[in-house]
Parts: sequence; structure tokens; C-alpha cells
Amino acid sequence: MTVESTAARKPRRSSGTKRQAGAASAAKAAAATAQTHDDAAPQLVQLLTPEGERVEVADHPDIAEFAPFVADITTEDLRGLYRDMVMTRRFDGEATALQRQGELGLWASLLGQEAAQIGSGRALRDDDYVFPTYREHGVAWCRGVDPTNLLGMFRGVNHGGWDPTTNNFHLYTIVIGSQTLHATGYAMGVAKDGADSAVVAYFGDGASSQGDVAEAFTFAAVYNSPVVFFCQNNQWAISEPTERQMRVPLYQRAKGFGFPGVRVDGNDVLACLAVTRWALERARRGEGPTLVEAFTYRMGAHTTSDDPTKYRRDEETAAWEAKDPILRLKAHLLATGAADEAYFAELEAESEILGKRVREVVRSMPDPDTMAIFENVYADGHALVDEERAQFAAYLASFEGGE
Amino acid sequence: MAVQKLTIAKALNDSLRKALETDPKVLIMGEDVGKLGGVFRITDGLQKDFGEERVIDTPLAESGIVGTAIGLALRGYRPVVEIQFDGFVFPAYDQIVTQLAKMHARSLGTIKMPVVIRIPYAGGIGAVEHHSESPETLFAHVPGLKVVSPSNASDAYWMLQQAILSDDPVIFFEPKRRYWDKGEVDFEAIPDSLHGSRVARAGTDLTLAAYGPMVKVCLEAAAAAAEEGKSVEVVDLRSMSPIDFDGLQASVERTRRLVVVHEAPVFLGVGSEIAARITERCFYHLEAPVLRVGGYHAPYPPARLEDEYLPGLDRVLDAVDRSLAY
Repeated sequence: MTVESTAARKPRRSSGTKRQAGAASAAKAAAATAQTHDDAAPQLVQLLTPEGERVEVADHPDIAEFAPFVADITTEDLRGLYRDMVMTRRFDGEATALQRQGELGLWASLLGQEAAQIGSGRALRDDDYVFPTYREHGVAWCRGVDPTNLLGMFRGVNHGGWDPTTNNFHLYTIVIGSQTLHATGYAMGVAKDGADSAVVAYFGDGASSQGDVAEAFTFAAVYNSPVVFFCQNNQWAISEPTERQMRVPLYQRAKGFGFPGVRVDGNDVLACLAVTRWALERARRGEGPTLVEAFTYRMGAHTTSDDPTKYRRDEETAAWEAKDPILRLKAHLLATGAADEAYFAELEAESEILGKRVREVVRSMPDPDTMAIFENVYADGHALVDEERAQFAAYLASFEGGE
Repeated sequence: MAVQKLTIAKALNDSLRKALETDPKVLIMGEDVGKLGGVFRITDGLQKDFGEERVIDTPLAESGIVGTAIGLALRGYRPVVEIQFDGFVFPAYDQIVTQLAKMHARSLGTIKMPVVIRIPYAGGIGAVEHHSESPETLFAHVPGLKVVSPSNASDAYWMLQQAILSDDPVIFFEPKRRYWDKGEVDFEAIPDSLHGSRVARAGTDLTLAAYGPMVKVCLEAAAAAAEEGKSVEVVDLRSMSPIDFDGLQASVERTRRLVVVHEAPVFLGVGSEIAARITERCFYHLEAPVLRVGGYHAPYPPARLEDEYLPGLDRVLDAVDRSLAY
């Protein structure tokens, strides 16, 4: 597997796959897989190196198409992106801790994926619509969803906790890949309405194996829908590595459906912003869907329920730590004089305030009313629900002191 | 003309046309629903008159059809999707059960899902595998879904209107072997409630309860029983979720005997739920246990055997005799 080496590469065009993977034995097949990945060394759009240096278009013509999409980014904007990532990581860390303290039943950490989420999230317009999976805490932050609202479902007090239409940010979807079809249908509606907004469907590398994702690609392509498929390839679907999901780089799959696919350095917030803006512009112009594969890494567990030390090597995790999206931008901000230590200290204090608020809000979340079991099952009512609600209310009232 | 005699197929077509005319947000989606007008021609002529943006031919992907319909509903549209045959609904079952059915509840009521899924269902047309099944229980069991089936042209017209107007997802099972049965449709009528049952034939000795394709069989059985001096009431349930237990209870309290008839397998079927509930509600009225007539716990058989598999006149009358013998 060439995960580390490909991610670290400077952008260049794919040399294409020359070798056929047709070995009979399992061993040969495995070798062929590795070779296939290596041969197809993908284009990886990168604007900021892991050391925090801006990649120059003159040295890397491949990024010429995307670099103009962040030409307007000011020093202040860069600090804003940095703040978004720091605050999101702090929120995520608090949630992980709260799960360990028994305040949340489960948590799906985004640690390591801040750049992919903030970069793409900040590319959006207010009238765009987002369909997340269950790990898009950074995108939610960009959409203006109060982060504490994300915790209700993980605490077990609701299945959502926000009105999707307020921020054009749909509820988290747990069944893998389902939301890519909802996004595509929504985008079909946007096109019917003649609107120039766009839709983004977030999903992971594991979801790319689901039939729904393939069907979403098909529908989006044939109806030329304004949808951006934003896959965060974080290398692991719980314990299954990408070799168990695909034989060719994911972004190349788009070509077979008839729309472009781009692989972007998912730990480079600037590149993610540029590529997503590019894809959104295509959608707005009526040029149809795009697949963006943000090549990134999940630093933590899939959720607080699994133990990554059982399925992946420490060296791999360490290699990715060197590409940390936050450290990368911090190095850039320091090197260019865009921010100083006082700024970072100030931000640290601000994130501490967020952490405190998250802790307080979660611990004070009321359990839902018991009768909420029967609420909103149907919009127009249902005789059986009415009957069971009445029976349950009578049962509760039968206890001494019951209502 | 306010009243016309139509086939069920034409009544459904007229109903879809009316919905498309009335509300610009209504969309028809499915495989072959456009130029072909559907394999049963239920959508015949609709694309010609309303265009490809309203009557949408889709890729052959059932999960995609329902999944994108959910997205369109989120955008404010009211999709009416056609699943070509009963046995083909299962690729879409995940989207229907895990997404469509739950969206309203999990959004605490902020999201409405006005999606109708039309499914030509059940047997009796000599079809090949996967074209004759009765999966209604699998949908009726899911909270958040409503499940109905018309048995005549008037209900076909009006129940489809009501399903499209509903803000809840409705699984609309069309009895495909009755598509060509004719009946009167009053286009200016005030329709019955979508989920109320209807006494299709009054009687005093026993109640036969059925829905969709089995209503006709039960009416024929009641007519045959009448020749033997037995007065059999037939209740057309019309809705499997919710089930009109009040209406059914009233009938059973009059007749004191109940036989439930459906094509789906008897085991854990709609009839099982009815037997349990009516026994709870009518224990002191019943003169006999509630009996069930239906399909067997076996895959739907090859067409040459379906007459043996499907409840027919004799099997229904046999159950009537067994009930009356208590």
C-alpha cells in the first residue's frame, strides 16, 4: 500500500495504469493491487506543503486550474480557516472526552480531517445544501450549526437536534452512503427550480463501495445535477483499509460515470477550498456533478467503540501526524508573519471557552419527555400510534403519583 | 360527466393526471413511466402532456429512484414513484425503511416526506418469478409508513389522490390482476377516509375481511354462500397501516365470526395482526376463533401452480364453513 508515499508527493499527472492485475493466486493478486496503486500514482492537488510552504503554480502547472480559486484569500481569511480548524478540533476533543466520561454513548471523531471539512465547508454559499454523513462536525461548524446540537444524537436524547432548513445542513445519516442519493435528488430539484445553488454530498471511502453511491453517481450524471460528491478518503472504514474498497484510485471512478474526479490533499485546507470552489462553480454553471476525493487520514478511531491499534500500524499513524492540517497552516502563518504566538494563545483561550460551554451544555441536556416516543411518527397521524399512546399514558398514570 | 365507468388502470391514470394538473410540485418517477407509459400503461400519455421534467424516466435503479425521491421531497416536491413490480422493491427497501419512513420522526417533525410509492403487486397474471408477490406486511410493520391497496376503480382514483396529498410516505399497492376490472368513479364525490374500511357487502352470519385483489374473491364467496343460505359480510380494509380496527370490530360484533383473506403468506401476515387484535377487542362476541386464509410459507410458486397457492373461492368457502361449524 502506498498511502504515505502518494499523499506526500508533489502534484503531478497520473501516468496511467499500464499493468493488468490478473494474477490467479491471492499473493499475486495482492502484489498486483499494490502495483496498480503505484502505477496510477494520482494527481494530488496541493497548495500548501506539509511544511507550510505555498506551492507555486509555475513549478506545478497541474494546480493552475485550481489555484485561482483561492487567489482572493487574504491573510485574515487564512487566520479564519486556522481558527475554524482549531475550534473544530477542540470541540471534537471535548466530545471524545465526554464520551469517555460516560456523557455520550458514542462519538465519531474527525481528528485529522479538519482541513478537508473546513476547506470544503468554507467554499459553500448560504443557499447551497449539505448532506453529511455522521462525522462532518467541521462542515456543521462552517454552516453555523451550534456544535452542541451535534451531540444530542450521540448522547441519546434525539436523532438529529437541528432544523436542517435553518442552515441548509441535513441531519447526519448513519446508514452508509444513503445521503448521496438524497443529495442527488435535492440537486435534481435545484435544477428544476432553475436555481444556481449547489449541493454537496459528504461520504467516506467505505461508502464508495455501497450501491447507493454508484446509483447516486448514475442519477447525477444522467440528469446533469448540480451536486458535488465530496469523499473524505480517510484510509479506513472502521478496520477495513482502502484495499478492501477499491482497486483503482477512487477519484478515477468518476470518469466512468461521465464527470470529472479530482484528488486533493485532504490535509491542505487551501487546496480543499480551491477544489471545492471549482467544483461548485461547475455545478452552478450547469456543468453537472464532480467527484472530489480528499485524500486524508482519520487520526483517531472510527468511533469511540473501536481500537485502531488492533488494525493499523503505529508507523502509519506517525507518518500522517507529520501532515497534520493544523500544524501545516500554523507553520505557514508563522513563516509569513501572518500570525504570532500571541494570536495562537488568544485562540487557545477562545477554544477553552468553547470547550467549557460544550461540557456544560451536554451535561444539562434534558432527557426527552417519555411521550416523545409517540411524537412525529407520522405527519398526518395514525390510528395505531394514537391507540398505543393512550394505552401507554394510562399505564403511566396507573402508578401511584402518576400523571 | 361526474360519474364514469372505468378500469382500475384508467382510474389510476386519471388520478395521476389530476394530481399533475393540480400541483406543479407533483412528479412521476420510475422505470419506463415516460414514453412507454409504464409496463401496465398506468402513466400512459402523461409524459407527452406534462413533459420529461414532470414525468421522469429513471435509470434502472430502485434504490436510486426512492433515494432521489427523498431528496426531491426535501426540496419541496411531491414525487410519486413507480416500482415496476412487487419483487423489485427490495433494492429500494433500505431507502424506504431506514430513510423515508424515519425522516419525519428523526427531524422532530420539521421534515415532511410526501412520497408515494406505487407498486403493482400480487399474483394471478401468470408471470415469472418476482412479479407476483405480496410484501405488504414488510411495509406495514415499519413505523412511519402508511400502506394501502384499492380494490375497485373508485378507490383507485380517490385513494391515490389522497395518498399524493398526504404528508406521510404511502406505499400504494395496486392489485395488478384487477387493473382491467371496471367500476364507476364519481369524480365529484367526497371520498371515504384513506384509512377507513368499507363494508363491501352486508351480512349477518360471518365477516370476511380482505383488501386489494382478494376483495373480489370474497365478494364472490359471499354470493356463493348466500345461495346456501349463509349471510356473509365482506369488509374491504383498504388500508393495512393503519388498519381500521374500529370498523372491523363493529362488523365482527354484528356477525360474531371473522375470516381474514390475503394473498401474502399467513405466517406473521396482516391476518395475524387482525386475529390478535380482534380477539382482544371482541373476545366475548366471538363464536369462533378468527381464521386466516392466505399464501403458504413458501416462495411464490411457478405460475402453473399459482391457482393452488392463491386463495380462491373454494378455500375461502372452506374457511367460512369451518368458522360456522364452531
